[in-house]
Amino acid sequence: MVLSDGKGIGKVIFSSSLGTLIEWYDFYIFGMLAKTISIQFFPEGNDTAALLSTLAIFAAGFLVRPFGALVFGRLGDMIGRKSTFLFTLVLMGGSTFLIGLIPGYRTIGIAAPLLVLLLRLIQGLALGGEYGGAATYVAEHSPTNRRGYYTSWIQTTATLGLFVALGVIMLVKSNMSDASFTSEWGGWRYPFWISILLVIVSIYIRLKMSESPLYSKLKKEGKASLNPLKESFGNKANFKMVLLALFGAVMGQGVVWYTGQFYAQSFLENTVKIEFMQNREIMLWGIGLATPFFLVFGALSDRIGRKWIMLSGMLLGVIFYRPIFNTFLKDTNIKEWKKMEGDATPTIISKEILKVDSLPIDHVLATVTHSKIKWQSQQGTGFTETRADTILNVGATPGVTKEDSKPVFTDKKLSSPMKWKFILLVFVMILFVTMAYAPIAAFLVELFPTRIRYTSMSLPYHIGNGVFGGLVPFIATLLSASSPTDPLVGLWYPILIAALCVVIGTFYLTNKIDKNIND
Amino acid sequence: MNSLKKIMGFFWMTLAPIVIYLLIRAAIQNIDSTGTKDINKPVPWIIIITIFTPIAIGLMIFGYYSLKGEYDHLPESSDDL
Repeated sequence: MVLSDGKGIGKVIFSSSLGTLIEWYDFYIFGMLAKTISIQFFPEGNDTAALLSTLAIFAAGFLVRPFGALVFGRLGDMIGRKSTFLFTLVLMGGSTFLIGLIPGYRTIGIAAPLLVLLLRLIQGLALGGEYGGAATYVAEHSPTNRRGYYTSWIQTTATLGLFVALGVIMLVKSNMSDASFTSEWGGWRYPFWISILLVIVSIYIRLKMSESPLYSKLKKEGKASLNPLKESFGNKANFKMVLLALFGAVMGQGVVWYTGQFYAQSFLENTVKIEFMQNREIMLWGIGLATPFFLVFGALSDRIGRKWIMLSGMLLGVIFYRPIFNTFLKDTNIKEWKKMEGDATPTIISKEILKVDSLPIDHVLATVTHSKIKWQSQQGTGFTETRADTILNVGATPGVTKEDSKPVFTDKKLSSPMKWKFILLVFVMILFVTMAYAPIAAFLVELFPTRIRYTSMSLPYHIGNGVFGGLVPFIATLLSASSPTDPLVGLWYPILIAALCVVIGTFYLTNKIDKNIND
Repeated sequence: MNSLKKIMGFFWMTLAPIVIYLLIRAAIQNIDSTGTKDINKPVPWIIIITIFTPIAIGLMIFGYYSLKGEYDHLPESSDDL
């Protein structure tokens, strides 16, 4: 039995998507507030705290997420979709709320980072179990000709979760001073506390839902799997489809997703050095404008098949990532900004001397002046220049000034037209994400039989997104270390993985939509 | 097309150990007690190599299946699985 009437399926989609969105929100706020969390729980100079911090970052995404996929996938195939993804929601919401209640390192010492690590691992575990359940649940309620469209609502949740997390943090931060936000019991905890309200609402809604009709039928007929792990990965015919799903689709989708939504933000902030709030504004607009396209490509996949839409998203990423990121750099080149004329000419609006050092250089007394200069143009562009100029004094003779050849430019503020250009570029990258990601739930659901669907689709999904996608910043740092002069070198990892996936997907995948998932 | 898949199968089988070799080599080159970045710490490398080894083995198996023609015809329905 599938639900074809608007109200019934609407309720299924809403209740499933809301819970999944909240889980993503919970998972993201930790990453977005990592700097503050690190100050409160993982202080510098303490080796144990540093080790726990590294574990919290790497183990939660790489190890625990796929493990959660196995644990909860198995449960979902054995006891049902509804109870399993209800349980993951409770685990995720509970651990997020508790993170917001843990006193800082200064109050309870090493217990603080230990508790945070434990709760972060539970978050990773829960996330590993949630998505497969929600996607399977919606797909098993959907008619064949709308499966791509209906499951694409679930696909919007990862992006909307990021959007809500960004929005809540910006809202809290804009209403208080930096000191109030980052203090031990400061505003950074509010996003964690808000989570409990969202989770309670979502649990209430999910409790009213009934079990997936396909799974209920299977269970009634006594055909539910007794050992989903063995059937998924021990049966060669199914295992080869798990491998195909991973290497031919999800691996590439994972890196495209991560590059568009996370790497872009961190590149704009850390490499391009755009001012904090404007960077968030660019991301919010880009994400917000592109999100409806999940539904567009989900619906399109019902008409023309899943394969070519997903692979096109990846291929476009392969082709356009370097030109797009290069434009970010070129357009924010301060040397070019300083050459601009008319309203665009930046002028100094304030200059602050940070410190003055007197030291001998080559037997000559030198004065090094460290200063912070704020520039702004009438067009709205602005930036902060931090520089160290040296004056060489020979005896009492006025010295020769040696200007800093490598001043540091930060807090770059774009003019309105340039900001919109950046929003457009972010939008384009999220559009690639929507192409690669929108049809993937329907694609995965159609690949595996009902009795082991939750287990079989969850593992490749979380390896593709958690491991391949999650490795983007680490490999980018690794590549930058080996080629420090090329700021775009970090892009080679997502480009190569996506290209590999396009090749495998093109030759090995079929574009046929499985009409009958009731088996 | 199927003969191309067989040739690619050999490539996937070869690629897997190369990836693991490159990861181990990068770990040895970058782990540095004086460094401050994540790539200088041993823990991320241990986690990444631990999780990537079974993935690379999966890629080898994928290549092997491809070489043996297991992907020449994909299953039409779940009964084939």
